Amino acid sequence: MEITLQVNGVRRPVDVDPRVSLLDLLRERLGLTGSKKGCDHGQCGACTVLIDGRRVLACLALAVAQEGAEITTVEGLASGERLHPLQAAFIEHDAFQCGYCTPGQLCSAVGMLAEGGPSAVTEELAGEPELTAEEIRERMSGNLCRCGAYPNIVTAIAEVGA
Amino acid sequence: MKAFEYARAADPADAVARFRPGAMYLGGGTNLVDLMRLGVAEPGALVDVSRLPLGGVEPDGDGLRIGAAVRNSELAAHPLVRERYPVLARAVLAGASGQVRNMATVAGNLLQRTRCPYFQDVSKPCNKRQPGSGCPAIGGDHANLAVLGHSRACVATHPSDMAVALAALDARVHITGPGGDRVLAMPGLHRLPGDEPHRDTRLEPGELITAVALPAPPPGASHYRKVRERASFAFALVSIAAVLDVGADGTVADCRIALGGVAHVPWRAFHAEQALRGSRAGEDAFVRAAEAEMAEAVPLPRNAYKVPLARNLIVRTLLELAP
Repeated sequence: MEITLQVNGVRRPVDVDPRVSLLDLLRERLGLTGSKKGCDHGQCGACTVLIDGRRVLACLALAVAQEGAEITTVEGLASGERLHPLQAAFIEHDAFQCGYCTPGQLCSAVGMLAEGGPSAVTEELAGEPELTAEEIRERMSGNLCRCGAYPNIVTAIAEVGA
Repeated sequence: MKAFEYARAADPADAVARFRPGAMYLGGGTNLVDLMRLGVAEPGALVDVSRLPLGGVEPDGDGLRIGAAVRNSELAAHPLVRERYPVLARAVLAGASGQVRNMATVAGNLLQRTRCPYFQDVSKPCNKRQPGSGCPAIGGDHANLAVLGHSRACVATHPSDMAVALAALDARVHITGPGGDRVLAMPGLHRLPGDEPHRDTRLEPGELITAVALPAPPPGASHYRKVRERASFAFALVSIAAVLDVGADGTVADCRIALGGVAHVPWRAFHAEQALRGSRAGEDAFVRAAEAEMAEAVPLPRNAYKVPLARNLIVRTLLELAP
């Protein structure tokens, strides 16, 4: 089926089989291999991208259902040579080891910082909670890091979110 | 993944018209796409209902009307839900991850399938996936499966947190379909397994959930608590949605209790509620109520821990809610 997506600001008309996930479309057809395939079951977060500004799992999104959507992958976070503040903070705070989960962590953190509202660990449902380390850990629980770089990931996100 | 035809519906009537045997409706896809990849679901066609004009969370008389396509994250963050139905906001926030809540719809959350390991493994028999093939969970890995209302055919649990809160709130599920429109009151959307565990709900083929309506918020304090194996992004071992209203004389005027992780349905604890109403609020009454509910539990060898866990969760939560 023919669909048209906006990927990192570029119009991308593609002809896709309905079975193709957004993740496979990005990686195998559009050459954007920054988004990673970890579990392919929505449990690890390595494939996290932004659709219309919201963080989602590209492995569970059928490409054919995204007609007209604006997709941002990790390749679209920087402005030319200028890194996104989260990318810079991840480097500054050594927030990764092997780096496989990093594109998903970055896209997830970008989406998370734009979300607001309460989380499962927020005491009061009204108002906007302070972005404590506990809040960051809960809000980022959909992104696993098998190297265990969590402390520095939290530090990097806290710096940008402050 | 088996090949399927894909069509995007323009409105609910169009979606129903496009439905035919073997088709499935596609919402956020967080469960269905995974089940298709696993080979558990093999629809011949997907009718995409994720962009139908079924959004919005709006006042509805004294209550609230929630569109079927509203994303879980939007529901939990909505000011009216946070202010008037905090137990619902808490339940939704307790489920899944930020990414999944951004994708998953209200209707899809209600209609998600069990996470029983045998249901999700096509190399194993499963009466829910393949009627008549048997239930290896009963003699196998059932540590996280049902202790209430199960059958010799199936011991699966319903995995939703949101549905537990909706069951406690007397939510009404609005449905359209080939036979017209109708309404099912929670917890009656879902059904116990009996000898037809392949049927999770009372929906007929082609029926589509269009909205969930909440009556006025019940009086009293409410809470959602969830016990799970890790602090976040895990299904409940046992969860509870509770609302408790204690009168000036110290007796229970009204209460609502629903349990998750214990049955094929979000389990409304009617026995506990009946025992509580009119009794003096306090630990004695709460223990009696919890034990009245769990008296009908039939645990399996490896999930018997859920019975005292559910009992203690009911007592502890009510104690926190009592003035």
